Amino acid sequence: MRIRCLQSFFFIAVLFASSSGLAQTPPSTQSQLSALQQSVQNAQTNADNAWMLVSAALVLLMTGPGLALFYGGLVRRKNILGTMMQSFAMMCLVTILWAVVGYSLAFGHGNAFIGGFEHVFLKNVPINPDPQNFYVQTIPEQTYMIYQLMFAIITPALITGAFAERMRFSAMAVFLSLWSLLVYCPMAHMVWGVGGLLNSNGGRIPSLDFAGGTVVHITSGVSALITALYLGKRIGYPHTKMAPHSLVLSFIGACLLWVGWFGFNAGSALNPGPLATSAFINTHFATATAALGWTIFEWLHNGKPTALGAISGAVAGLVAITPASGFVQPMSALAIGLIAGFVCSFMVFKVKAVFGYDDSLDAFGVHGAGGTVGALLTGIFATQLINPAFGKGVATGGMDGHWGQIGNQAAGVAISWAISIVGTLVLLFIVDKVIGLRLAPEDESEGLDLSQHGEEGYDFNS
Amino acid sequence: MLKIEAVLQPSKLDAVKDALLEAGIEGMTILEARGHGRQKGHTEFYRGREYTVDLLPKVKIEIVVTDDLKESAIQAIMGAARTGRIGDGKIFVSRIDEAIRIRNDERGESAL
Repeated sequence: MRIRCLQSFFFIAVLFASSSGLAQTPPSTQSQLSALQQSVQNAQTNADNAWMLVSAALVLLMTGPGLALFYGGLVRRKNILGTMMQSFAMMCLVTILWAVVGYSLAFGHGNAFIGGFEHVFLKNVPINPDPQNFYVQTIPEQTYMIYQLMFAIITPALITGAFAERMRFSAMAVFLSLWSLLVYCPMAHMVWGVGGLLNSNGGRIPSLDFAGGTVVHITSGVSALITALYLGKRIGYPHTKMAPHSLVLSFIGACLLWVGWFGFNAGSALNPGPLATSAFINTHFATATAALGWTIFEWLHNGKPTALGAISGAVAGLVAITPASGFVQPMSALAIGLIAGFVCSFMVFKVKAVFGYDDSLDAFGVHGAGGTVGALLTGIFATQLINPAFGKGVATGGMDGHWGQIGNQAAGVAISWAISIVGTLVLLFIVDKVIGLRLAPEDESEGLDLSQHGEEGYDFNS
Repeated sequence: MLKIEAVLQPSKLDAVKDALLEAGIEGMTILEARGHGRQKGHTEFYRGREYTVDLLPKVKIEIVVTDDLKESAIQAIMGAARTGRIGDGKIFVSRIDEAIRIRNDERGESAL
């Protein structure tokens, strides 16, 4: 409202100035106009920045404690602290790497595949807004940097779900740190970075990924699968019961993920305007139907709707809507969520059993599969009515008649699968040879908490 | 002196405790246990995998009483715990050689 009043005042002031002839405008009016213009800009910066800082905090909340609790509750009691420590370690390590070189590699000027080194140690990342900035015109690029950092943190943290209960802490720290630089940064650059191959704004294969379906979920999910295959199954899998020790914690974590995801998706609009509203609504709608989809599948399959199924479905919906959130209409979001709920539950219930891999916490089944489905559905449901991403009046996705976008989406999916598979295999191999990835059998039996951290998560006797 | 151990359904603990108090037996030790006799377990589902849980939660009450209280203790327990279904539990009775009160080194039946 205030901005509106200021804009009207500004307009009237301009009329006054032009009617009396610019050459005869008294200096005080001119400086009044400039001051007004500055006020309007400041007001917009403040509004946009407030939303973006809150969104950044929400995304960090997704990792800590959202993911930490979600994953923590799903493992056996002896591994609770170790599992939470893996997410927490990412919050610390990735932050440092991002500040030193990660942001530069992801968002610096480089080539179509990777950024450059112009922003190492965050050089030339201004604290004041710059209307000429490629990424953000009303907020500081430093806000953009810190917002993107939270995405860089959660992506490797998601992978920990695949190797839960059987990786050494030191090896995990090294492996995931390298992964974030060598897999995440290039992928982020390709999709969001200036000159990126897949960037919807000027890339050679413009693909639509609003908040990171490919960058975050496919990369983490596919890398998770590769890691699970490389490391092998947990001792005793699948005969021993390895059930969640606290679905209460997982439930709390899942709800924190749902709420935090509003920062993940709606924050990707980079301002709190109508696009953020669309992304917010889409995020919420898809999650609801996905939880329902998974629950229905499970009810038919097992006879009872489980809490674990409901929250897993919700996460699957959140994943699938991520690339689509700023491009589709609300009813499409309902559909995307429902499809994701069915597809991901099918992946976890049926496909995993057929192939027999031990993706302990279904990082691939939910993030890899959900991200792939979501990215492809984005090509179908994207519409310029919500977001004219390719220009005003230009068809965006299938809903506008531009069915070829599905091909571009598929290309983005394929590239993310490829970089994840190759990058992860190479890193696993190197880290395994140098440090050794897997826990010794007696450590695995004792549990992460005692063997890796010398602690117990719970002490009911003290 | 006799030790009476009763393995019970956890939901029956309060009723049995009250019944024992009414029968004049005040000292008891409660243990949380798991186990089964003929009672079948139940199935749980986690992300599509089915698990059979056959170690079921149980409660164990241990009391040490003078010989004359044996029958009233047993009747109190059974009266409160019996439902007639498999899984009600079992009672075991054994002989105790010595009982000692730690506070003042009282021994024998007066220590109970």
